[in-house]
Amino acid sequence: MARRDFSVSALPGFGTIAVIAFVLLYAPIVTMVIYSFNDSESVALWGGFSTRWYAAAWENTQVQEATIRSLIIAVSAALIATTVATMAALGTTRRGKFKGQTIIYIMINQPLMVPEIVTAVALLIFFAAIKVATGIQGLGYLILAHSAFCVPFAYLPIRARLEGMDMTLETAAADLYASPWQTFRRITLPLLAPGIAAGAMLSFVISLDDVIITEFVKSAGQDTLPTYMLGQLRRAVTPEVNAISTALLVLTVLLLTAFFLLTRRRG
Amino acid sequence: MKNLMTSAIALMALTGAAAAEGELNIYNWGNYTNPDLIKKFEEENDVKVTITDYDSNTTALAKIEAGGHGFDIVVPTHSYVQIYVGKDLLMKPGIPEMENYGNISEVWKNVDWDPGREYTVPWQWGTTGVAVNKSAYSGDVNTSAIWLDTPDELKGKVNVVPEMQDVMNLAVMYMGGEPCTTDKAKLKEVRDKLVEAKADWMSMDYGMTEKLGNGDVMASVNWNGSTFRARLNNPDVTYGYPKEGYIVWMDNVAILKDAQNVENAKKFVNFIMDPENAAMISAFARYANGIDGSDDFMPEDMKGAPEIVVPEELKAAGKFTSSCPKEAQDLYTAIWTDLQK
Amino acid sequence: MARSSPARTGWLLSTPALILLFIGALGPLAIVVVYAFLEPGEYSGVVWNFSTEAWFRVFFERDIFDDTVSMADAHLTIFWRSVKLSLLTTFITFVIGFPTAWFIATRPPTQRAIWLFLITIPFWTNLLIRTFAIMEVVRNQGLLNSFLMWTGVIGRPLQILYTDTAVLIGMAYVYLPLMVLPLFAAIDRFDFKLIEAGYDLYASRTKVLRRVILPIVRPGIVAGSILVFVPSLGAYVTPRILGGGKNMMIGNFIELQFGQGRNWPLGAALSLILLLIVLVALIAYVRVTSNDGGRDGQT
Repeated sequence: MARRDFSVSALPGFGTIAVIAFVLLYAPIVTMVIYSFNDSESVALWGGFSTRWYAAAWENTQVQEATIRSLIIAVSAALIATTVATMAALGTTRRGKFKGQTIIYIMINQPLMVPEIVTAVALLIFFAAIKVATGIQGLGYLILAHSAFCVPFAYLPIRARLEGMDMTLETAAADLYASPWQTFRRITLPLLAPGIAAGAMLSFVISLDDVIITEFVKSAGQDTLPTYMLGQLRRAVTPEVNAISTALLVLTVLLLTAFFLLTRRRG
Repeated sequence: MKNLMTSAIALMALTGAAAAEGELNIYNWGNYTNPDLIKKFEEENDVKVTITDYDSNTTALAKIEAGGHGFDIVVPTHSYVQIYVGKDLLMKPGIPEMENYGNISEVWKNVDWDPGREYTVPWQWGTTGVAVNKSAYSGDVNTSAIWLDTPDELKGKVNVVPEMQDVMNLAVMYMGGEPCTTDKAKLKEVRDKLVEAKADWMSMDYGMTEKLGNGDVMASVNWNGSTFRARLNNPDVTYGYPKEGYIVWMDNVAILKDAQNVENAKKFVNFIMDPENAAMISAFARYANGIDGSDDFMPEDMKGAPEIVVPEELKAAGKFTSSCPKEAQDLYTAIWTDLQK
Repeated sequence: MARSSPARTGWLLSTPALILLFIGALGPLAIVVVYAFLEPGEYSGVVWNFSTEAWFRVFFERDIFDDTVSMADAHLTIFWRSVKLSLLTTFITFVIGFPTAWFIATRPPTQRAIWLFLITIPFWTNLLIRTFAIMEVVRNQGLLNSFLMWTGVIGRPLQILYTDTAVLIGMAYVYLPLMVLPLFAAIDRFDFKLIEAGYDLYASRTKVLRRVILPIVRPGIVAGSILVFVPSLGAYVTPRILGGGKNMMIGNFIELQFGQGRNWPLGAALSLILLLIVLVALIAYVRVTSNDGGRDGQT
């Protein structure tokens, strides 16, 4: 422990900057929470304390369904993207250079390079053809589209973790006749875990935020929270979305706290 | 991987069980459909209505043209109705034979974009003019000079909604031209005027209901209904009908050719031509609806509201603009790009 | 471990990701390439006639009034603004993100997960809501101006909203986790004994930072920079809401072509140019980092 403290104090100002960063990150969120209790029609004009928007959000099934749909898509996309990205990262890092490595790398990062609207229009045409041909219009298209553009967001942190990760332990395990799977399961995966966690979290957040691709790919009754808001943008955004976001935030924090307490007790 | 594909396909199939009986899928502008109206329709007809939102005519058209969307009803602006018809995307549901057809006001029955109302019925109509906060400027508001020759009091506090075609047409009319003009000499004047005027603008943004209400913006090119809602928060906000020319528009309800719930869609179309139901539409988004007799059911504050009742002497300045043809469109986009670069 | 060829294993392990991308990103890109060589439709979409007009219009503009042809300076201005703002965003997120990631990675192991979650929780709130909340903070009667006036630093509110500064604040905020998380993943595997050893040998803090810490966390820095820089280039929502739409970025400009501008081929051509710029930068990066990887392997 002392060593750790030493190393932190070794970089003066880092702690302060980190604390400031956290304060800055939460300032808009706090604003959002406060305005969710705003009595006024507007999201930007304070009209006294009220819980009317919570009542309104509670009544508004459209916004609730959109929120749940957002979460389903984000969780599915994060799972799929992180799984395939982990495999790809293992395949393309630390193995020595091979032909086509750069090509794979570029293909994986391609979703990053094209503005969303372009992918959106292309996906609209592509998926619409499938929808017309098969008559199937489920949420699967959205999950597929989200998984695809989440891949680079999962891949890059995992790769960053893998690059230069010490191979000694793995080689030692192999020398001790551990099977490749055992080596992976017991050595590589645990070492890789923070990278995978970072990648999964990024994918989840990126999927949750996506507006334009979703707007173009969605079929009837597939609004997510962002596209629901996009539709309101031109006229007026009601504080209902503040209320539902605050509720979601509280729920998240509660779940995480419970999860943390449970795992700590077990540990 | 095979598993992944199978489960993906299974998921699509699982959630793709649309088109069951008793459903209706409406594709409409966001924050534009009164939930009470939908509830009433659902209860009267035992139908589950799903609303999906869009934010622009172009997005809606692109999606519907691509197909496989699952929507039954769409609500395009008048300038887009002919495009939908031209692309053969709308159904002729026999509107003139419908029970409530007679309720459409005479002026809205034979409209340029849909003579005889074969394809569409009115949803709401409104105007695009200017909104001004009287506490900042007390001069004449019935002019586009508010944003094209901005008075000193308003400099740096003006917003222009980024509706390319409407804004361009307003500017063209201010300079004495016709909407969708291809007269290059005129357009050059317009461009120079816009570039010069932009120096006095604060922003080109939507969301003016709030920003006019809370005083972030003191004047804006804006829609009448949005200005109405802003005035409810801030009594100083007034609406002006530019005498040089302003835009009149109507959003129209249409049934799509590939609709899967045609009967319910027809019921809905007839339903909204009922004066009481039309009044519910207006009560929510604060625009007029084009249905005779709906005034009796309107909320008190909308009766005779200056944003909704166009002054007699300014009626002639209102123009229904159609979607500009390609040539004018290209010129408009070039000027618009120059303006926003 | 059985020494299968790295190429075979590499391709094999990457196959699922590549299939997913072929369906969800690369395949559709082929449509975009085709569209860039067609004529725009009258009201939307394309007409199936071969044309290179879109490419001509990316680089040159025919003056609409006297038909003279000149370089498309409006496009250059828009591209340059996007590159500049994206570079600045990357720099800001790094300056804030590096200490933050360091701070998280140096917490005791049990606490690290909590800090990680704390940094991501604000981002569980939808992008649009966050952007509106930032607007709330920077507007004339907002939190920031009220605070500055209260402390007496400024006499009257600063116009931040609807300026490039607001866009920059917004983008730095939105993209911060994309910098912090890869950095964390890289720093976290760091052996802190090295720092101690470093102090024993070099003593100077800047030297330790430069010679010990930076080389090891470099993959994280590179990953974070790509994840911030590239999406900022095509950003759409933040510039539209916080920038007030007076000045476009590439993302907005391309969107204009697909939307109100009704010129899909031009939009497609513009995005392929953007793709090309990013591609060149990425290839350069892969070359540089894979060389470094080789060097690290030898030590």
